[in-house]
Amino acid sequence: MSLEMYQEQIIERYRNPVNIGTVENPDATAKDYNPSCGDDVEIQIKFDNDVIRDIKFQGHGCAISQSSTDLLMDLVKKKNVKETQNITKEMFLEKVGIPFSPLRLKCALLGFKVFKLALYSYLGK
Amino acid sequence: MDVEKIRGDFPILKRKINNKPLVFLDSASTSQKPQQVIDAIKNYYENHNANPHRSIYTLCDEATQIYEKSRGKVSKFINAKKDEEIVFVRNTNEAMNIVAYSYAMNNLKEGDEILLTIMEHHANIVPWQMLQKKGVKLKFIDINDDGTLKMDTINDMITKNTKIVSVVHKSNVLGTINHVKEIGKIAHDNGSLFVVDGAQSVPHMPVDVKDIDCDFLAFSGHKMLAPMNIGVLYGKKEILEKMEPFMRGSDMIKEVQLTESVWNDSPWKFEAGTPNVEGAIGLSEAIDYLKGVGLDNISGYEEKLTEYALEKLNGISGVKLVSPGNAKLRNGVISFNIGGVHSHDIAYILDEFGVAIRSGHMCAQPLLRRFGFQSVARASFYLYNAKEEIDTFVEGLEKVKKVFGK
Repeated sequence: MSLEMYQEQIIERYRNPVNIGTVENPDATAKDYNPSCGDDVEIQIKFDNDVIRDIKFQGHGCAISQSSTDLLMDLVKKKNVKETQNITKEMFLEKVGIPFSPLRLKCALLGFKVFKLALYSYLGK
Repeated sequence: MDVEKIRGDFPILKRKINNKPLVFLDSASTSQKPQQVIDAIKNYYENHNANPHRSIYTLCDEATQIYEKSRGKVSKFINAKKDEEIVFVRNTNEAMNIVAYSYAMNNLKEGDEILLTIMEHHANIVPWQMLQKKGVKLKFIDINDDGTLKMDTINDMITKNTKIVSVVHKSNVLGTINHVKEIGKIAHDNGSLFVVDGAQSVPHMPVDVKDIDCDFLAFSGHKMLAPMNIGVLYGKKEILEKMEPFMRGSDMIKEVQLTESVWNDSPWKFEAGTPNVEGAIGLSEAIDYLKGVGLDNISGYEEKLTEYALEKLNGISGVKLVSPGNAKLRNGVISFNIGGVHSHDIAYILDEFGVAIRSGHMCAQPLLRRFGFQSVARASFYLYNAKEEIDTFVEGLEKVKKVFGK
């Protein structure tokens, strides 16, 4: 374990998240918590013909949970529902490219989990 | 108090974390265990293990004696009138549930009130919330900014409908020690039952149930050098006797028919199933250890450590204490934040230095909200912490600031 996790990208995104906020008339909204630390993430998505037109998040939590959520938004924005559905957590973590310790994986994947919840709620509509 | 000698009794303190000596500053969560406790448990399994209260062979008799002697040890430790006033439970949380389910659910009715404080641990909030479905109202005594309870508001908040007053003795976030004796008197003058959450007080200071005159006191073994999953609900005999059992099944009965049963006497009617004998012997040994050092010595030493830590923390810009105050108010518990850095990140970076602290909501979300925090970092001290460990802790905090460019 090392401080390698706190790469500049993570700290920068934590301080200045790019995708923070809400979207107008969202088609899907989901929120979840990390019960061990009380972190939370809420994601709102606006679709356009099954393409993610806009996606924003709001949350409270550590640098890892918040910045990885912010990075996830970059990854899925403008993508088709089908495409994003196929993104596995392994693919996402590879994209972030940081070796998270087992305990911090929960933080790193909180936004990913909420995103999937939002996706399912949209598809279930 | 010979801290070096005490440290030698705790094998885990030889452990390295990230190639650094472990600095364990999370004893308010759980304490480490001395060799004496570990040996007592080992000895129990190597020489005496059997299911107590069941049979008449030698081992069973020994296991029963060990278990019941431990009850007596606990009883003397908190100065209970009778050993039968000690119910062995898993932890404080379970003890509170017994009072909530077995006492409150059976005795309170619509319109009754339960008076709590805003500084309670979730274990002394969530069980009472269940009573709301019966139309019972929960009320919360507020605190001052220095983390002390607003004692002058209690008389206005307590009413003829207040059936239970349940208060934490020492806050797990603030370290504040509440004037439980005084609160108990107000409760009893009002005819209310008085419950004390002693999870953070019993391990660190002398606690005397006769002096406090509480009806119930709950505490956990694992925070006082004993194993996890052994805890205590002290209850006045006359109250326990009138209560219904919480868990039902074996060992808590005198006789079982197909459709009805006769309950055992208390405290055994609250101890369904095979009990935690290793936990009880561990707790008994832990009590001997704590008594050997002296609870007054322990609390005095923790105050000194707190004073030193507060002085150091005040010198670090950006460190914000949840509640300011001197060592006499904080009693070995320091909760803080560093502006713009989440408590999880603080704890993670400190771990690089071998330093273990708590981060998160401390199982006291209403209290944190009261101070405008969602999560905090907490360092807490115990008899085995050395002054030098606080220096390592402070060194780690400087690194946190560096990583986050503060």
